[in-house]
Amino acid sequence: MTAIPSAERALKRGGILMAIGLAAVAVVYVRALVFTPEEATQGLAQKIFYIHVPSAWVALYLAYAIVGIFSVLYLLLKDPRLDLVASSSAEVGTVFATVVLITGPIWGKTVWGTWWTWDARLTSTLFLYFIYLAYLVLRSAVEEPGRRARYCAVLGILGALLVPFIHMTVYLFRTLHPMPVVLQPGRPQLPGSMLITLLSSFVAFTVFYAGLLARRYAWARLRAARAQEEADASR
Amino acid sequence: MGEVLAQAWAIAAKDLLLEFRSRTAFLSALVFTALVLAIFNFARDPTAVSSVDLAPSVLWITFSFAGVLGLNRAFGLEKENRAIDGLLLSPASRTALFLGKTLANLVFVGAVEAIALPLFALFFNVPLLEILGPLVLVIALATVGFVTVGTLMSSMAVNTRFGEMMLLVLVLPFLLTPVSTAAEMTARLFAHRPFAEWAPWLKLLAAYDIAFVVLCTLVFEFTLEE
Repeated sequence: MTAIPSAERALKRGGILMAIGLAAVAVVYVRALVFTPEEATQGLAQKIFYIHVPSAWVALYLAYAIVGIFSVLYLLLKDPRLDLVASSSAEVGTVFATVVLITGPIWGKTVWGTWWTWDARLTSTLFLYFIYLAYLVLRSAVEEPGRRARYCAVLGILGALLVPFIHMTVYLFRTLHPMPVVLQPGRPQLPGSMLITLLSSFVAFTVFYAGLLARRYAWARLRAARAQEEADASR
Repeated sequence: MGEVLAQAWAIAAKDLLLEFRSRTAFLSALVFTALVLAIFNFARDPTAVSSVDLAPSVLWITFSFAGVLGLNRAFGLEKENRAIDGLLLSPASRTALFLGKTLANLVFVGAVEAIALPLFALFFNVPLLEILGPLVLVIALATVGFVTVGTLMSSMAVNTRFGEMMLLVLVLPFLLTPVSTAAEMTARLFAHRPFAEWAPWLKLLAAYDIAFVVLCTLVFEFTLEE
């Protein structure tokens, strides 16, 4: 009986974290638009950088790493809460991956002159998106919670191994997408003020992701607790 | 290890014997392959794209789809009368079960490919004999890659709603590496390029096979009921 109030409190806490994250994203955006210099050749178009890159960080690395790690943990420990974290992260990751795949072509059309190209990063992102979608579709196609959790964990782990392979495969073709502009010694660096904006956008997006994840997870717990209560009542 | 392989072989032999007696799945996969090859020939503009340029993609689209469509059979077979319970109660280990199912699928897909390949050479006018050795190696490696992942996925897909569609949704993302590396190598083989030019693709495909055979064998037991 205590499961429901505690899940409701967790839902509230998740909401607060989400609001903080959203406010941080807004602050970073004001900074990006007003207080960060315009890029010399791309002009205003480059501002999409501060959404595109942090979303990619969340979708491709953070959210998927959480899916992979919690999938392994679930198969080892069989605690249903681990599955709820993995699936919540997959759902939130899908949202961020959608943002990446929408902002990317808009930026690409302006700067490269093409909406889409089959380059290494674009293709890996697209296929990761397909895995996210397969994960969500698989969840909806299995009724029994234990089996659903196991199947999704297996797919989550296989997907985590697939992504580097896709990257290497497409890397053998030629690549158009710029290499990372941070953390590479000896190459042209991102100017300081842009770097600070970029790094703070990483922090803001990470907090926003954490808030969405916490809220989505609390919601899943609440739903499980309510289903349990109904099952107890009808017994 | 020897025991596991013996059990795997027993399971594969059982599946292949069942298939050999009815031959329904095999014949339909074969007819499907022949149809796809024939239809592809009409779905192109012969004046714009020469058949040799198109041949590698046609070969790999045909093989991968024919392969994946046959995969649901492996565990669909065991769903009837819950025959899978019998297999799980038998002394055969889970690993042996997975290897046996994969082996049977490999023989099945390999047999379809062995008949489809001459047909492909005939329809697309590709001289196969001089590159047969390396081509068979490429086909074998790519087939091992997608059949292993496909067998694992089919063990899950048979227990979901819309199982056949689900199998495609689960497997197709995993086809990118084996199919695109194989198609690249096939194109270079047809063009008689030196080995050094397609060696990086071969290495990547071999790495994919090793990684996924190991991982799929490890996680297979989680797709079964406890």
